[in-house]
Amino acid sequence: MTITPELIVFGMLAGMAALSAVGVVAFKNAVRSALCLVFTFFILGFLYFALNAEMLGITQIVVYTGAIMVLFLFVIMLLNLGASHVLEEKSDPKKAVGIAFGVSLAALLASQVVPLLLKFKAPIPTKEFGSPQVIGKVLFTDYVLPFEAVSVLLLLGVVGSVLLAKRRMS
Amino acid sequence: MNGVPLAAFIGLSLFMFSTGVVGVILRRNPIVIFMCIELMLNAVNLAFIAFARYRFSGIGNESQGAAGQMMVVFIMAVAAAEVAVGLGIIMAIYRLKENIDVDELNLLKG
Repeated sequence: MTITPELIVFGMLAGMAALSAVGVVAFKNAVRSALCLVFTFFILGFLYFALNAEMLGITQIVVYTGAIMVLFLFVIMLLNLGASHVLEEKSDPKKAVGIAFGVSLAALLASQVVPLLLKFKAPIPTKEFGSPQVIGKVLFTDYVLPFEAVSVLLLLGVVGSVLLAKRRMS
Repeated sequence: MNGVPLAAFIGLSLFMFSTGVVGVILRRNPIVIFMCIELMLNAVNLAFIAFARYRFSGIGNESQGAAGQMMVVFIMAVAAAEVAVGLGIIMAIYRLKENIDVDELNLLKG
């Protein structure tokens, strides 16, 4: 396999994404984990652009690094979980088992899946792949029923989170 | 990304998914557990888009080419709703017990 410039760019992006994904788990401080997660999502947005899914790359940056991460940081600040003494992570035998489980899961899946996919190269994409026009058209024709279901789900999410987070007036 | 095989994207996706699984097992802070769940959802999103790009982006049929991306849109929406409700539950538990260590929460124990 030859080293192409695209492979180098992908390697850099993937390395940064993988490192900051490990950082999410490894940092003891929840705020640092959240910032690592923002970085991972941002790099994933770039990878979506690299895969010609421009619409989803923009959505990723707006929804995840914009909205969801603000929610996370807001709750961390509100509960004062950033202070490291709040939740001391004990060392217990569960941790070694968990890491061994994760490594074996990754090794098993990779050994089964990755060799089969090595020969697949990307075709030349059609011009409309990943463009907002096509996404919108398909969303409102073939997928209109799931779209409506998602709108109900989001409404329920809003109402439910307001109810849960509201102070009880007694 | 013509020079990158599909296996590279799927490998990264697998790595992120496994990292998320390990985080859910190891960490005791429920907010970090939520972050790890988000990590797993995003790993799946990456796999969806990679397969869509490598298998269905060259064909003219636009609804088939957009199927994988539609799944990503819906996963993002479900993840947003899940985060909002989940963080609301964490806030409610914190008000009730002043402690959100998942190893010590046993409210649902019979």
